[in-house]
Amino acid sequence: MLLVVEQFLNGLQFGLLLFLLAAGLTLVFGIMDLVNLAHGSLYMMGAYFAATFAAWTGSFLLGSLLALGATLVLGIVLEMSALRHLYGRDHLDHVLATFGLILFFNEAVRLIWGPAGLALPLPAWLTVPVPILPGIHYPAYRLAIIVVALLVALLLYLGVMRTRIGMLIRAGASNREMIGALGINIKLLYTLVFGLGAALAGLAGLMQAPILTVQIGMGENILILAFVIIVIGGIGSIRGAFLAAIFVGMIDTLGRAFLPNLLRQVLSGAAASTAAPALSSMLIYLLMAIVLVVRPEGLFPANRR
Amino acid sequence: MKAFTVSKAVTALMLAGLVLLPLYSQLSGNIFILTLFTRVVILALAAASLNLMMGYGGMMSFGHAAYLGIGGYAVGMLAQEGIGSGFIQFPVALAASALYALVIGALSLRTRGVYFIMITLAFAQMAYYVASGLARYGGDDGLTVYKRSDFSGLINLGNRTQFYYLCLACLFGVVFLIWRIVNSRFGLVVQGLRSNEQRMQAIGFPAKRYQLVCFVISGMMCGLAGALLANNTDFISPAVMYWTRSGDLMVMVILGGMGTLFGPVMGAVVYLLLEEFLSQLTEYWALIMGPLLLLIVLFGRGGIMGLLGRLNRG
Repeated sequence: MLLVVEQFLNGLQFGLLLFLLAAGLTLVFGIMDLVNLAHGSLYMMGAYFAATFAAWTGSFLLGSLLALGATLVLGIVLEMSALRHLYGRDHLDHVLATFGLILFFNEAVRLIWGPAGLALPLPAWLTVPVPILPGIHYPAYRLAIIVVALLVALLLYLGVMRTRIGMLIRAGASNREMIGALGINIKLLYTLVFGLGAALAGLAGLMQAPILTVQIGMGENILILAFVIIVIGGIGSIRGAFLAAIFVGMIDTLGRAFLPNLLRQVLSGAAASTAAPALSSMLIYLLMAIVLVVRPEGLFPANRR
Repeated sequence: MKAFTVSKAVTALMLAGLVLLPLYSQLSGNIFILTLFTRVVILALAAASLNLMMGYGGMMSFGHAAYLGIGGYAVGMLAQEGIGSGFIQFPVALAASALYALVIGALSLRTRGVYFIMITLAFAQMAYYVASGLARYGGDDGLTVYKRSDFSGLINLGNRTQFYYLCLACLFGVVFLIWRIVNSRFGLVVQGLRSNEQRMQAIGFPAKRYQLVCFVISGMMCGLAGALLANNTDFISPAVMYWTRSGDLMVMVILGGMGTLFGPVMGAVVYLLLEEFLSQLTEYWALIMGPLLLLIVLFGRGGIMGLLGRLNRG
């Protein structure tokens, strides 16, 4: 029981983190039609900035806030210097150019911070276990991630659905030329959206940092999960990204936690322990394959015509 | 069509260079260059196979490194189990690649555009994790291939020069095959599907079936490259399938010129030599390589072949 609740919350926490990453990716794709592989690099930069700023200021919260701002600025600079020139080009061009950016970021990090990973220690008040149900404790920091990510998801929803900028963003997603013709500064809007996506990726990175080590290439594996999520959820759809992210986070976490035991009931011990790690890492890809067979456009496609 | 063009001359020069390379290596005593170029030739083969899909078929596979791994693991696993004959290892490598391509292709071809790019990427990453989970075959650490494929006296893969020529023969064979495919009825249909799938379907061609066959052929060719690669390094690990390798292959194709017969070969030669040169220059070579890629994408339309073609007209 304890394990089930704990793993369930871990899955939720991982899913929400994936959502932060996938939301930026899907926003940028839905509005600028840009495939950004370097999104994972922004996630990595968020974590590195947080580790550095937290060490400088001596405060986890202050360091995180500074890191968030730094990732936002980095995203804006990146958009204005390089990615802006890619709008309207072939998707293949996007893939290659942003692939080049990944090489650049990984190497730059190695040059600046060195090849060894960094650690981002948590303040004491975040490390205590919190009782959530009678007899069940859960780490405060992981709970904090869930709360922050849910808040951000809510703000994002309200921002996109209820504010003027959100209206422009949605209008830009459905018809780029038209809102340009209506006198909206589309360049500025694009830069803003990209910066927002970068900040979301940075937030995911800095929140994940204390749980894992901060290291080069940390953004790449999780980026591919984010891709799987937006394919399952339907490209360009934030709602789809949210549901798919929770789904993928749950399946991945629960699969890794319980699949070995389940397999052991069916197969012999040796066979189960060889098959389990491979199978549990395959689970989400199998899920994606099933979704593709049933709904090639994803579960919640953005432009339903 | 002009009899002499700059791109033809450069291609001929490059091919002659590749054929004569062992001679140079022998005369100058530079063994390293032969090892380097064996790798170049093998990856050129992989790039050529990707070009068949991307350049002619219009299918942007971002997961081609998976076949390198599958071909390599076929050789490595069989060798581990005591089956050293190349006459078994290579056909198994090809069959395994074909099977994987068939399943992945059937699923991926349900989508198009950017979905297709992401799906092929995700499936290759799945293959990567599966290989990492193979505890019996080294898992994350990979698998050493203690004995190269044995072709019972026909050709000795342990001999550098013989192995190089085997790889080169495979490359030329595959490029020739691609040339024949591209100019066949089948190839024309696939290219027609690239330009306008709807129209081709309206004429009555079963689009997906043609594309799937192209997908499988391309995968098998890359599987061959994987089997050679495992023999070249005497080692196979999941890292071969890592997604950055798929990206490298894509870059080679684009750099050389997508949809040209020899472009990917030239792209592989230039990319790998550039990587080698930059890594000797500085430890942080990717710091230069990354922005260089960005510039190539932004300004270098049509890759090296396109550039040579423009030289000719200018």
